[in-house]
Amino acid sequence: MSTIEIPYVSTPRPDTGLVNAKLGIWLFLASEVMLFGGLFSAYILLRIGAETWPEGATILNVPLATLNTVVLISSSITMVMAWASLVRKDINRYRLYNYATIACGLIFLTVKYFEYSAKLHHGLFPSESTFLAIYFTLTGLHGLHVIGGMLTLAYLQFIGSRMWKTDPVRFTGRVECAGLFWHLVDLVWIFLFPTLYLM
Amino acid sequence: MADTTTTEEKKPEVSHGEHNEELSFWRKYIFSTDHKTIGIQYMITGGFFLFFGFGLMMLMRWSLAYPDQPLPILGFLIGNNGIMSPDTYNTFGAMHGTIMVFMGVVPLAFGAFGNFVLPLQIGAVDMAFPKINAASYWCLFVGGLIMIASFFLPDGAAKSGWTSYAPLAVIDIGFGQTFWLFGMIFLITSSLLGSVNFIVTAIQLRAPGMTYMRLPFFVWAQLVTAVLLLLAFPPLEAAGILQLMDRLAGTSFFLPTGLVVSGEVADISGGGSPILWQHLFWFLAHPEVYVLILPALGIVTEIITNNTRKPVFGYKLMVYSLIFLGFMSFSVWAHHMFMTGMGTTLNAFFQTTTMIISIPSVIILSCLFITLWGGSIRFNTPMLFALGFLPMFGIGGLTGLPLGLSSSDIHLHDTLYVIGHFHYVVAPGTLFALFAGIYYWFPKASGRMMNETLGKLHFWGSLIFMNLIFFPMLIQGMAGINRRLHDGGASYADATAIIEPGFYSHVANYLYLNKWMSMSAWALGLVQIFFLVNLFWSLKKGKKAERNPWNATTVEWAAPSPPGHGNFDSAVEVYHGPYEYSVPGASKDFSPQFEKGPST
Repeated sequence: MSTIEIPYVSTPRPDTGLVNAKLGIWLFLASEVMLFGGLFSAYILLRIGAETWPEGATILNVPLATLNTVVLISSSITMVMAWASLVRKDINRYRLYNYATIACGLIFLTVKYFEYSAKLHHGLFPSESTFLAIYFTLTGLHGLHVIGGMLTLAYLQFIGSRMWKTDPVRFTGRVECAGLFWHLVDLVWIFLFPTLYLM
Repeated sequence: MADTTTTEEKKPEVSHGEHNEELSFWRKYIFSTDHKTIGIQYMITGGFFLFFGFGLMMLMRWSLAYPDQPLPILGFLIGNNGIMSPDTYNTFGAMHGTIMVFMGVVPLAFGAFGNFVLPLQIGAVDMAFPKINAASYWCLFVGGLIMIASFFLPDGAAKSGWTSYAPLAVIDIGFGQTFWLFGMIFLITSSLLGSVNFIVTAIQLRAPGMTYMRLPFFVWAQLVTAVLLLLAFPPLEAAGILQLMDRLAGTSFFLPTGLVVSGEVADISGGGSPILWQHLFWFLAHPEVYVLILPALGIVTEIITNNTRKPVFGYKLMVYSLIFLGFMSFSVWAHHMFMTGMGTTLNAFFQTTTMIISIPSVIILSCLFITLWGGSIRFNTPMLFALGFLPMFGIGGLTGLPLGLSSSDIHLHDTLYVIGHFHYVVAPGTLFALFAGIYYWFPKASGRMMNETLGKLHFWGSLIFMNLIFFPMLIQGMAGINRRLHDGGASYADATAIIEPGFYSHVANYLYLNKWMSMSAWALGLVQIFFLVNLFWSLKKGKKAERNPWNATTVEWAAPSPPGHGNFDSAVEVYHGPYEYSVPGASKDFSPQFEKGPST
């Protein structure tokens, strides 16, 4: 079964300049953009159609969300540093930076947990208003993406990094792809934060 | 060219690889990562759902022809003494649409043919991501299981139409609609994984010499289809998530303020928009129409050029039209919504884009017609189906024009005319192309030919009965009969006769067609027996096929029939374009891409 070899798994195809996985992850990101694009369009249409729309800051906790924004942007930096360390053949620094990225994800989710539980504690359920409905849906889906990203990073940290010994170029490519996904998750939050909390 | 003896020698060599112990049955046939096995899994699953969905329709046709009379023999299937209640009819109608579109035709046209043929046609050893490919199939499988399971729920499966319009779908009691939404999320994931895989494979794994303009048209069609699936399905996923929230978390994304359910104002926060669902749904579902038709065009192009023994007319024109078609399909969705009160400005916009998108479709169809000109045509079964496709798809396309013009759509909207129109596109259109593809590539997949006599019986029977089913729908629709009535319009004729005596009573004159259509539908079901018998008989007893039984030019025919793991005996190289038939000065009337021809 494993005797056939798929070409361009770790070395780029000369005429396209890409490895398979990198093209694949960009296509996947395009579909993610359409997914969140659909939800943001829904937000715009619902808000245009609404008679009143609360200002985000009156319901949501802006300082906590600002903290989360800083945490996620930092995690994108550590993500790039992790990949850059691998390019410089330094697996130990990669491990360190990757831990930092996962830790940032954990902090983000913990803060999110406190935000959610405060809302639910005050009886602010998704069924209360369209604003809360879209708030919980968008941030919930984003939170699922953060969890997915963290699972991927954890896999690369503990199991996937065995590949560093056998095929370091391919492993670096995998980390780059995971990083691209992580940046998208970050970027979605950068749109979510002003849309929900500040506008 | 290697002959059969070298294949025999090649096989053990392949299986002597170091990791290569004999694979267990499960790894080889069930959890396989080989694109051909996955393609056949898609084929079996899609084929099952196609017949399942058709079965639902054959039961529904009883209710349409003989409303409120007990169903003979099969009455136990629907309970209620065999009388089909409007609720059961709605359930079957919703699930017929869902099953046919998302679990029948897409898995066949895209999953099955794309998986099996695309890597072979570009000279690749497999898909770019074999494991993701398997995951894509298993997502479809789970999604299908969820949909089937929903029939056994206490309140039955979803019954709000395949479009699941809100607020009807949101306030529907029971778990049927919730199952539908979860099932759809799996089906969407399946398409997403498949489309990423197809695009990467077509771009990255082309054999040396296979430039973009040497790709067979089928590969182009699959490529554009994959882009449509990749970009159009996520908004439906978004819509599905919002509808799930509405159903499970009590939100009101699609529920307007002051919604009245069963005579009482619903206890909801309101503020939502039912039209929002339609926008998100049709943003997917219009490109989806092209997802259904483009692979069919690809299959038909392969078969027509092969059997006219001529190069396809206007290859580049067809490719550019195809790309333009894919691009435009994202800007026509609201022509499904002329009647929602969007306003004349938006109506005019979408009406214009709809007229524009018909141009590339007509170009492609015209190119195929012109390809026939002056060819010495071989009328074998695949060719008959491909030829049948052309006028049938033509009728489907032309009957769409009055629906795309917002003024004539006012009369035709939601009538049986709409049903007739899109069934002409999908049933004698896409399904004919799929049957053509099965007859054409069966020798490659199984190593045996299918029986021509049974194939021709299947073709003529299908052609006649499909027209007898769908053409009367156009007539009934123009008479104004609504598409969703479980009694085929009888109550509509009665009601209008009471309200405005004489004015609408002409509807009653068209009700007799229901019986004809139902008879034809059951006859169509019987004709499919020819196909099934042919399929199973040919698998065991069919004439042995060589590598290139049709004397075709594309790369898949360089592989053994059936191709082993890894597809080709040796690496393939491509020397020229895909359709070099009857090249002047050549020794034979076809110059395969994988052989140096006189022109290269």
